[in-house]
Amino acid sequence: MKVNGVDHPAPSDTRRLLSDHLRHDLGLTGTHVGCEHGVCGCCTVLLDGAPVRSCLMLAVQAEGHEVATIESLARDDEPLHPVQQAFHECHGLQCGFCTPGFVMSVVGLLAQHPHPTAQQIEEGIAGNLCRCTGYASIRRAVGRAVELTR
Amino acid sequence: MTTRWFGAPVQRMEDDRLLRGHGRYTDDIDEGALECCFVRSPYAHARITSVDVTAAREVPGVIAVYAAADLPFGDVDLPLLIPHPNLTHGRTQRCLASEVVRYAGEAVAFVVAESRAQAEDAAELVAVEYEPLPVVITPEAGARAEHLVHDDVPGNVAAELVQEVGDVTPALKGAPHRKRMTFRYERGAAAPMEGRAVWARWDDREHKLLVYDSTQSPTSIRGGLAVLFGMKESDVEVIAPDVGGAFGPKIMLFYPDELLVPFAAMRLGRPVKWTEDRQEHFTAVNQERSQVHEVDCGFDDDGRLLALDDDFIHDGGAYTPYGIILPIITAAQVPGPYRIPNYRVRFRDIYTNATPTSPYRGAGRPHACFVMERTLDAIAAELSLDRDEVRRRNFIQPDQFPYVLGVVWQDGNTVVYDSGDYPRLFERALEMLGPRPEGENIGRGIAVYVEGTGVGPYEGAHVQVLVSGKVVAATGIPSQGQAHRTVWAQIVADELGVDVEDVEVTSGDTRRFRWGVGTFASRSAVTAGNAMHVAASMVAGKAKLIAADHLEAAPEDLELVDGHVRVKGSPDRAIPLAAVAVLSNPVRYAFGGGTEAATQFAAKSRPGPPLQDGEQPGLEATGYYSPPGSTWASGCHAAYVRVDPKTFRLEILKYVVVHDCGRVINPLVLQGQIEGGVAQGIGGAFYERLAYDADGQLRNASFMEFLMPYATEIPSIEIDHFETPSPLNPLGVKGAGEAGVIPVGAVLAAAMEEAIGVPFTEMPQSPLKLFELSRQK
Repeated sequence: MKVNGVDHPAPSDTRRLLSDHLRHDLGLTGTHVGCEHGVCGCCTVLLDGAPVRSCLMLAVQAEGHEVATIESLARDDEPLHPVQQAFHECHGLQCGFCTPGFVMSVVGLLAQHPHPTAQQIEEGIAGNLCRCTGYASIRRAVGRAVELTR
Repeated sequence: MTTRWFGAPVQRMEDDRLLRGHGRYTDDIDEGALECCFVRSPYAHARITSVDVTAAREVPGVIAVYAAADLPFGDVDLPLLIPHPNLTHGRTQRCLASEVVRYAGEAVAFVVAESRAQAEDAAELVAVEYEPLPVVITPEAGARAEHLVHDDVPGNVAAELVQEVGDVTPALKGAPHRKRMTFRYERGAAAPMEGRAVWARWDDREHKLLVYDSTQSPTSIRGGLAVLFGMKESDVEVIAPDVGGAFGPKIMLFYPDELLVPFAAMRLGRPVKWTEDRQEHFTAVNQERSQVHEVDCGFDDDGRLLALDDDFIHDGGAYTPYGIILPIITAAQVPGPYRIPNYRVRFRDIYTNATPTSPYRGAGRPHACFVMERTLDAIAAELSLDRDEVRRRNFIQPDQFPYVLGVVWQDGNTVVYDSGDYPRLFERALEMLGPRPEGENIGRGIAVYVEGTGVGPYEGAHVQVLVSGKVVAATGIPSQGQAHRTVWAQIVADELGVDVEDVEVTSGDTRRFRWGVGTFASRSAVTAGNAMHVAASMVAGKAKLIAADHLEAAPEDLELVDGHVRVKGSPDRAIPLAAVAVLSNPVRYAFGGGTEAATQFAAKSRPGPPLQDGEQPGLEATGYYSPPGSTWASGCHAAYVRVDPKTFRLEILKYVVVHDCGRVINPLVLQGQIEGGVAQGIGGAFYERLAYDADGQLRNASFMEFLMPYATEIPSIEIDHFETPSPLNPLGVKGAGEAGVIPVGAVLAAAMEEAIGVPFTEMPQSPLKLFELSRQK
């Protein structure tokens, strides 16, 4: 499987979840695990460009696919990705735990709908739980991300 | 001129790492750690007849399996954190139960293995035999005491406290009108997105223990571990790294893992980590909110309250590790912003066979607000008066501060409101709410609340200017998303006349600051914020003394501006703060960074020794702030809702908040706190109910069935702020962390009551409950 553009061998443990494989085998701890039953969305990554919950997949199921995690959006020496920048500007995060999942969902959303309607924004973030912000600032961040992406 | 940072919408300084995926939460720390799994009781109440761990120990990869008998502290009751004379029958659990389990989820055995999967496999092989015992699950059943949770606690009563201000009985008898009501609030869960986790490493050469813990109080964890293991506090370091939300339950200590993980690390000589899974979070982590209130009130023809008698039971759960803080808070917060000339409150803290209770954001207050606001709405209905007018007639007026309520507060003092303007909050909220929307099945709700914030005992801070001119600051209490790093930097930057970006704050790391209490009770801005102010002021004073020698000016003629100490009115007579930091430490050996200026042949000579009596090297100071009493924030929420008459879906058409937490440090951070609080309040009022069955089993221990709101359930809210500064602290601030949650249940109940025309006396609600209520109409 290809993770953030780099080829990785198949995981040896066939019952390893993709989320655990990313976090504990590849050291990509930016992908977070909030419920492990596919509701909270903290573990959202892009699989071939589309947002998926990495806790609902076995790592071996990602064989032959491209996975992108939060770490892929901007190298350490690069400015933040427009979606990340928008979350910063709009106070779209507090504890930061759900944030990578939200950011990846929004990156996926904007790839599909570069100029999303309010309804598309609502649906695009409706698969992620946030317990800190009350979502208002996240909605603002999506709007700002659209501006920054233009 | 240097910007004033206090009050400015400074964007968060903690974001960059978190946005890049470089946050460091406890489960992100591996370092070859062994992993763990608990065996937990499936019964809510049972006698344990045997625990056999032999088969589990044989599982490949298993390193150790512990039952109570294997622990040197297996028969030690965990600490009762806040003793109180009226808590006559306080009980705490043991790390691992060996005789009786009193809630489903109580820990019985602990498995350590090379991997989590191996630990989970082995946990299934731990053979525990139970004899089930009768279960009491509701607070009413607990109070009836048909069965006992603890054999030696008569009536299941952990504590009883009666307080009275005025003379309630004659006032009730003499009142022109009288009304009795019952109000009920059920359990909810804080459910932070990150569950709990602990990582520990024992350094055998240094004989030091290092612990990462997703706690709200690393200093207390350190103190407790040192006592338990007979170590010096200085040999135990506890760090709360990035914490993925907390909202109260992470101030509870000690959860069994907080002792077992460090114990196993010391015993096994390898790092050990335990990360909770979501299902066990639902039963193993403290909950809150279950109370039943019997209210008897007397009022006059104008709806003015003459007397209020509230007799309530508080569901303590199976143990009382956190003491009786929750019912104490409720008892103190029922009157809220209203004058009640005669007030009596009695509570009993009742044991039940459910997870113990301790503060969850709001902590005793949402229920208190619900009781008071529902009572006022009922009075208005009884007298056919306008709900708003009844409130106006009962408000404490702005000229009545300080207002002595006369009942005990959670810090041991008597409740005294320091400042506020409740009528103004109320009128502004009405103005923002505007006219009722067109349509049917629409209701309007309004609630006003006060919140005691900023409780002591104290917090401290250390501030140091480095020879680079950069500033480092540290405090003992951790952040779980409240932007401590940003707001403390704002306070320090103002005192030292530096850019906010030049201040780097560490919080919640005992290696950097040893003393402190914790992040809870909307207290951080008041306690640690003022401690930062005190410490930074001390550093500024010291900088002026040192610079005064150098600039040949009197210290009182100096000011700290733009990273310099300069003579007021003569900006060219200035010395960089970095140079002052160099001069603050007379050195023999220059070590770079400009320190040659402080060597013995270079430094400006001053008579006497380089460090004179009372002087200390370094441009640094440690300061503390201990509040004389709580600061009382306040607010008013109002809403229009629509309830669908067929599906009973709740639609919040408009929601407004007017909030007063004294002087605002950072409006962006404050807005985030309020918006997040309201969302949690909406969840707690309409979606999130912990559904226990009669056997004490939690039937919805997952996010599939415990319905936390997504963005689709949370409306945009409109917020306005007033600033009534607190006279109690130098910064004039009050707490804001819990405010957003408190009145939401009361507001939505009032609005839904209007919308569907049935009285609401219980929380939380749900579409199903609305349907059932409307059928009884």
